[in-house]
Amino acid sequence: MVDLTINNIETSMPEGSTILEAAKSLGIHIPTLCHLDLHDIKMVNQVGTCRVCMVEVEGRRNLLPSCSTLVTPGMVIHTNTKRAVRARRMIVELLLSNHPRECLICNRNQNCELQSLSAELGIREIRYKGPRLHTDKDTSSYSIVRNAEKCVLCRRCETMCNTVQTVGVYSAVHRGFETVIGPAFDKPMLDTACTFCGQCVSVCPTGALTETNDAADVWDAISDPDKIVIAQTAPAVRVALGEAFGLPIGTSVTGKMVAALRRMGFDKVMDTDFAADLTIMEEASEMIHRIQHNGRLPILTSCCPAWVKFIEHQFPSLLDIPSTCKSPHEMFGAIAKTYLAEKLGMDPEKIVVVSIMPCLAKKFEAKREELSGKEIGSNVDYVISTRELARMIREAGISFTSLPDEDFDDVMGESTGASVIFGTTGGVIEAAVRTAAAWLDKDNPSPQIEFKALRGIEGIREAEVEIAGMKLSIAIAHGLGNARKLLTDIRDGKVQYHAIEIMACPSGCVGGGGQPYHGNNIEVLRKRAGALYSEDESKTLRRSHENPQIQKLYEEFLGEPYGELAHELLHTHYHERDML
Amino acid sequence: MAQEIVEVTESYPALDAFYDSLPDKNGALIPMLHKAQEEYGYLPQEVQLYVALKLGIPASKVYGVATFYSLFNLERKGQYRINVCLGTACYVRGSEAILEALENELKIKRTETTGDGLFTLSSIRCVGACGLAPVVMVGDKVYGRVTPDDVRGIVDEYLGKAGEHND
Repeated sequence: MVDLTINNIETSMPEGSTILEAAKSLGIHIPTLCHLDLHDIKMVNQVGTCRVCMVEVEGRRNLLPSCSTLVTPGMVIHTNTKRAVRARRMIVELLLSNHPRECLICNRNQNCELQSLSAELGIREIRYKGPRLHTDKDTSSYSIVRNAEKCVLCRRCETMCNTVQTVGVYSAVHRGFETVIGPAFDKPMLDTACTFCGQCVSVCPTGALTETNDAADVWDAISDPDKIVIAQTAPAVRVALGEAFGLPIGTSVTGKMVAALRRMGFDKVMDTDFAADLTIMEEASEMIHRIQHNGRLPILTSCCPAWVKFIEHQFPSLLDIPSTCKSPHEMFGAIAKTYLAEKLGMDPEKIVVVSIMPCLAKKFEAKREELSGKEIGSNVDYVISTRELARMIREAGISFTSLPDEDFDDVMGESTGASVIFGTTGGVIEAAVRTAAAWLDKDNPSPQIEFKALRGIEGIREAEVEIAGMKLSIAIAHGLGNARKLLTDIRDGKVQYHAIEIMACPSGCVGGGGQPYHGNNIEVLRKRAGALYSEDESKTLRRSHENPQIQKLYEEFLGEPYGELAHELLHTHYHERDML
Repeated sequence: MAQEIVEVTESYPALDAFYDSLPDKNGALIPMLHKAQEEYGYLPQEVQLYVALKLGIPASKVYGVATFYSLFNLERKGQYRINVCLGTACYVRGSEAILEALENELKIKRTETTGDGLFTLSSIRCVGACGLAPVVMVGDKVYGRVTPDDVRGIVDEYLGKAGEHND
């Protein structure tokens, strides 16, 4: 332990602690900007670039950055001397002097760390008049908008992309005042190996990295009397949307979300969870088929579009192992524009499918050519994130918290507990195992439902589950860095599994790049996951194949799971992409 | 401004051999870029990609380092490099006007290369020949006490050489 004094309070800290950590343990707040410690997902940005957290240390001539200075025995620290506070203000004023001060119309207005910092320091004027960096906005991708003018060079995105996700799209390029954090050769994002997971957006303190905004197109479709606009909502949205309206973290707002979508003017409000059940029908069939016919193993889940793009870029030699199942919202679109259209007597060309997702990669996915059919066009027309939905609800003047709870529309609105847990790491594979267990163990009157061995928060987990006397070895990874480790071992033949679930975002979709900002607190993601497991427990039907609407869909339309029509509508293929 | 994307199709035996000769593969990036520039005169995109793959690091990192150090050239340089000294002595004796005259004569801005690939125009800091100020260098050759009127003659000298070469 190291003894030290901060603001005249004596304390002792473990060796290797920073001044910032020591101050925090005493309840002393030191403003920070670039610093970000999401220890549990190995996202630690401790580069000390912004110099906002400067403090005075007795005996040291210069101020020291508290986030990256370790405590030493007998250190006497003052965090709020006139000199330290002045230096902090000067730093922020300098940052603001090179910042487009258009907060009123910025995507991050009222939700921006730079804005909050400026308010916290009481900055009322910017004394420095100097040049401003001018760059073009990168709107090339369908998922992420990069506006380097709003960048404060904190390097959080770079740490997230390179260290946590191991994708390596971002680096500081060029020099001095012209420095920007961007891709190699100043390439547009669309031409990079970016997976569009959006985790860089989740940690960006300003409006430099934001989601593309598709709300205007959705409003246009809603107000077009010729269009039948169908909303579908992903599992993770319902346990995070409430946060945007001040509800406690981990509140499930399914009923209010449905009511809000109806009031916004969607013609049908349906559930991606229904399609998650459908995914399990196909994926569990494919898994059993591959196991029983000596097919290629392991089978990898394919629900996560960021992860799919990752394997296309980084492991092209393994492209035969992911399941060929489309992701649930794409399956939904394909069924909505065929089966549902026929059933309800609607013209498929007039149907507009809007996916409401916790995800930015789904926006890119919806534009994939292979995910559109000749007669039906794109499976999914628009994707909006949880954050965009929250803004649209406000824009429509809906008082969210006072809404009644409403149910999804029929036909594609029913779902089981298995589909709900798709939104968290381990959920998809547990849902698949639930159905596989019931199918393979036909004589067992009550096959196992909960496979708790598959749950947890570790980045890579493995478990063995026994089904009908057969031992299935399963692995789970969340976060692309963990996925890379697992895939490298598979490629090199070091490990053998039957099935693997991979999610690009740490914690799975509850931590998706399109979710309300977690405020740099990973506990938020755990509470969202907890809410999903509670919703699963509260359902009577907890296995995908028990969903009566799914059974009807196969009876009336699709025929056999993994059959011919299912292949045409519900399965896809992958292709190799450049490494960079 | 985005540059054209080039596929990595070629192999670079000189770079491979250099990499193999490095006793410590950690921190090989800057030596590799130096070697590449020595070989090719500049750092074409495909060479940067190759270095990234060779070292197993993101191309963005390689590009970041290549754009940080002004010593690394990202564009092909002309056959003749014209450097005008803007050091203090040359500057006070009017080298800025010489640089402008060269810009007009070659119809390029400083740091650019002429379309025919003959000349690259740059400014440099003191070359240690202040007695001759203002100084212009073409390759290794030093021209002293240059006036803006001399510029055409100097350029013509090299145009002539290039012409002989081509015949």
